[in-house]
Amino acid sequence: MEMVLSAAIGVLGASGIWLLLRPRTFQVIVGLCLLSYAVNLFIFSMGRLTLGAPPIMPKGGFVDPTAYADPLPQALVLTAIVISFATTALFLVVMIASRGLTGTDHVDGQEREP
Amino acid sequence: MIEQNLLLILVGLPFAAALAATTVRAKAHGAAAWVSGLLLAIGLGLLALLYAPVSEGQVVRGRLEWVPSLGLDLAFRMDGFVWLFVTLVFAIAILVLVYARYYLSPSDPVPRFYAFLMAFTGAMVGMLMSGNILMLVVFWELTSILSFLLVGYWHQGQAARDGARMALIVTGAGGLCLLLSMVILGQIVGSYDLDRVLAAGDLVRADPLYPLVLALFLLGCFTKSAQMPFHFWLPGAMAAPTPVSAFLHSATMVKAGVFLLVRFSPVLGQTDLWFYAVTGTGMVTLVLASIIALFRHDLKGLLAYSTISHLGLITALAGIGSNGAILAAIFHIVNHAVFKASLFMAAGIIDHETGTRDMRRLSGLMRYMPMTGALAIIASAAMAGVPLLNGFISKEMFFAEAADWHNGTWLDNSLPWLATIAGIFAVAYSLRFIATVFFGPEPVDLPKTPHEPPSLMRRPVELLVLVCLIVGILPGLTLGPTLNLAAQSVMGGDLPYKDIAVWHGFNLPLVMSLVALAAGALLYLALGQKIALQPQLRLIILLTIAAGLATLWGSLRQAPSPLATDLNPAFALMWAVGGVCAVGAAWMAKYHRFAAVVLLGGAGVVTCLTFAWLSAPDLAVTQLLVEIVTTVLLLLGLRWLPKRREEIAEDKLLPARIRRARDFVIAVVAGSGLAGMAYVMMTWPLIPNVGNWFLRNAYGEGGGTNVVNVILVDFRAFDTFGEITVLAIVGITVYALLRRFRPAPESIMLDEDQAGLEERTLADALLVPSVIMRWMFPVMLVLAAYLFLRGHDLPGGGFAAGVTVSVAILLQYLAHDVRWVEARLTVLPIRWMGIGLLIAGATGVGAFLFGYPFLTMHARYVDIPLIGEVPAATALIFDAGVFSLVVGATVLMLIAIAHQSLRTTRMRERDSGDPTEKEAA
Repeated sequence: MEMVLSAAIGVLGASGIWLLLRPRTFQVIVGLCLLSYAVNLFIFSMGRLTLGAPPIMPKGGFVDPTAYADPLPQALVLTAIVISFATTALFLVVMIASRGLTGTDHVDGQEREP
Repeated sequence: MIEQNLLLILVGLPFAAALAATTVRAKAHGAAAWVSGLLLAIGLGLLALLYAPVSEGQVVRGRLEWVPSLGLDLAFRMDGFVWLFVTLVFAIAILVLVYARYYLSPSDPVPRFYAFLMAFTGAMVGMLMSGNILMLVVFWELTSILSFLLVGYWHQGQAARDGARMALIVTGAGGLCLLLSMVILGQIVGSYDLDRVLAAGDLVRADPLYPLVLALFLLGCFTKSAQMPFHFWLPGAMAAPTPVSAFLHSATMVKAGVFLLVRFSPVLGQTDLWFYAVTGTGMVTLVLASIIALFRHDLKGLLAYSTISHLGLITALAGIGSNGAILAAIFHIVNHAVFKASLFMAAGIIDHETGTRDMRRLSGLMRYMPMTGALAIIASAAMAGVPLLNGFISKEMFFAEAADWHNGTWLDNSLPWLATIAGIFAVAYSLRFIATVFFGPEPVDLPKTPHEPPSLMRRPVELLVLVCLIVGILPGLTLGPTLNLAAQSVMGGDLPYKDIAVWHGFNLPLVMSLVALAAGALLYLALGQKIALQPQLRLIILLTIAAGLATLWGSLRQAPSPLATDLNPAFALMWAVGGVCAVGAAWMAKYHRFAAVVLLGGAGVVTCLTFAWLSAPDLAVTQLLVEIVTTVLLLLGLRWLPKRREEIAEDKLLPARIRRARDFVIAVVAGSGLAGMAYVMMTWPLIPNVGNWFLRNAYGEGGGTNVVNVILVDFRAFDTFGEITVLAIVGITVYALLRRFRPAPESIMLDEDQAGLEERTLADALLVPSVIMRWMFPVMLVLAAYLFLRGHDLPGGGFAAGVTVSVAILLQYLAHDVRWVEARLTVLPIRWMGIGLLIAGATGVGAFLFGYPFLTMHARYVDIPLIGEVPAATALIFDAGVFSLVVGATVLMLIAIAHQSLRTTRMRERDSGDPTEKEAA
């Protein structure tokens, strides 16, 4: 499982970074989404992989922390999901506005000079 | 005795001029300017008479009883500092009168302008010469009101009315604070007489009310002198006629704040609180305003921010408060007034003769107006602090004070660095002002053909620039004695005479000046280069890889006994699909955007399943909902992008192939690094950490069994509070960006695929799904309520519920056209957001009532009939705030983007000129 997940993080991250370096705004936005998946999974995996033990406690009584998944990376990732949604939305609107103003979808607002 | 009466006449003169100006005919420009100018010239004569007693260190006083029962007299006093400032005001007022005579168009009403301008001069002089602190505030407010009238002189323009109102509100509110502080100050000292207040420094500083007095006093000064964060009114006030900007908003009125700071530094200063508040604010303003100035396109906007920055410099000096600093502050007040007034006048000439102040349109004016150009170049050089000009000397004195040791605090130690940074930006914006306006290619398409102004309009600028040069070359002979006199009268006692010279040897301030000049020039040149985004992003990624390699090389090693969870083939298969989706999305994003969105969704769903698989149900729910909304947003955005059906020819050429290959290598290196790092980390055994504490205490302390939710709304609620604030800011930004959105012309045209659909309405095409979607609306609201209520104990929560509601609303947009939905469904997203933020904040503040810190939560369960036991922690109220805000922000973004299609329909209809549709709209 660890091997598969880390490979997945690598593939998501590599695709995202490749797209970040592309010249079209839409490519960059898709790249940011992919990169945020990779980063979210990476942070999440810092709590190690746990199967079938979500951090939902019994009401009262002794709690053995090792029996549950680490809640901290999950809380961090939940925040990260929200923020990456916000940045994606913002970037999308900047993309639309920039396209309307400059007439091109190049990230610099003008086509590359030959 | 005679001097006393001279004082009273001096204050009366401008008001007399104002009265005289009201009596002239509406078109009599010359008469109004002559009468006012002559009366002010008499004032200068009186000042010359008064110099003799003042130069002996005497304080000249004049008094008229006004309201004796309240102890309120019209008391005036003049010492060296006041003498210098009043002379400055009179002199610049005369020059502004000459300038305005030619600046105003013949159709502008004359009496109003000159009367206001003269009344303002009177108010300013009265403020400076007041011997009673309450009367000082009266004159102070009078300047605010006259500034309002002058900024709004061209009241036909919206910008002028807005700018005037903003200036009045900010400076008027500041004036009220000043009045309060003066009343308290008078109570502490036991007198409202300025001389007695100035002598009672120790008494005031020892009083328990001192912090309050200081805070109110500084609010008054900072608003008037446009210190951050109250600076915003000054750029707005640039809608005023240029003579007003030159007089009020560079030379005189905005200096009233720093005048008071300098005047009261012996009373309220010399404490740590004063140093941090005044020098700190001054330095922040100095640096930030100089940076903003560099990026303004409006000539007067650049000058306005430059003025704010220079006022910050003077404020910082007043905060330091040493003898040298006060001398430098007074010197810079004078110098800045001289060079900035001339620059404003030059900007006004450019505006007058070309019809625009936009630096992006102006260019190469040196060919048409060489004299004005030369004058502006010298004045800008003074602004930048070039040697042999007046700005250089006072800036050098500021650098010397900044580099000096005062109290060794972090602020004191950072002063030289901040000062140099501000100096660099000052050089850069001065260069930009000159280089873009006067040099470069021939201007194209200016509203007027530029030429030199009438020579009399240029005369005031010439005179001011001459002063810049003379003071810059011979500072000790010209202003030296007067400045020492002024500093002496502020600080009291016997100050050693400070010789002001051009050359002080090769010392640290000179090095700072040289660094600022060189780096500023380089900065300007660097900004001229077009900086593309891609190389920057590439650099960031390469630096990140390098940083990762440098820290991990050799130290990253496998755990002795690696953790290994048994591989489930289904998981591997799932990620095989996920990986293909990710690579596919990267492949398709250029030419097949729709396919890329679908593939991106695929990768997202696999991520979401992974969260569910690996014991993170909360993440899975949130990720799924966010995935839906993101995909819809992207689909809505696709419509506005240019069509790309045939390949771009250049993409097949060698350079493009090389670029792609290089980026591919970077991506593979980064990806494998990420994978390796993740693998090593995942297989090391977990070290016991703070997560265990959360697990143990979630129920006991937070009253919830879903630990992730308890962390978000209870243990780390403050972080969540910050996060929803970010979301609200993003929502409002999206709204603001799209409000003035103009789509590209080709996006308005109907697609040939859509053209045939016009007849068959959407309702026919999607009849069954749209009915289902309409019926789903209440169901989804119930689902949202369910997710919300169970959030504290089971996966769900305010965020998931909020996104669910917005998906429900979104479905209605999909099922029907925008008009149908907007006619039936009234969501006021901004209110949802505002109320959400208020609820969350109020929950936090509520904890104060019970004596707990901000955002302390209380937890219990309540039994609701039919529903059963529900967790009812105060965290639930907080979560309700989160819910409301998320609904507001998400719906705002979606509606804002979806609404654009309505706008294009309208634009299309306008273009085709269909009368029936126009009626309907």
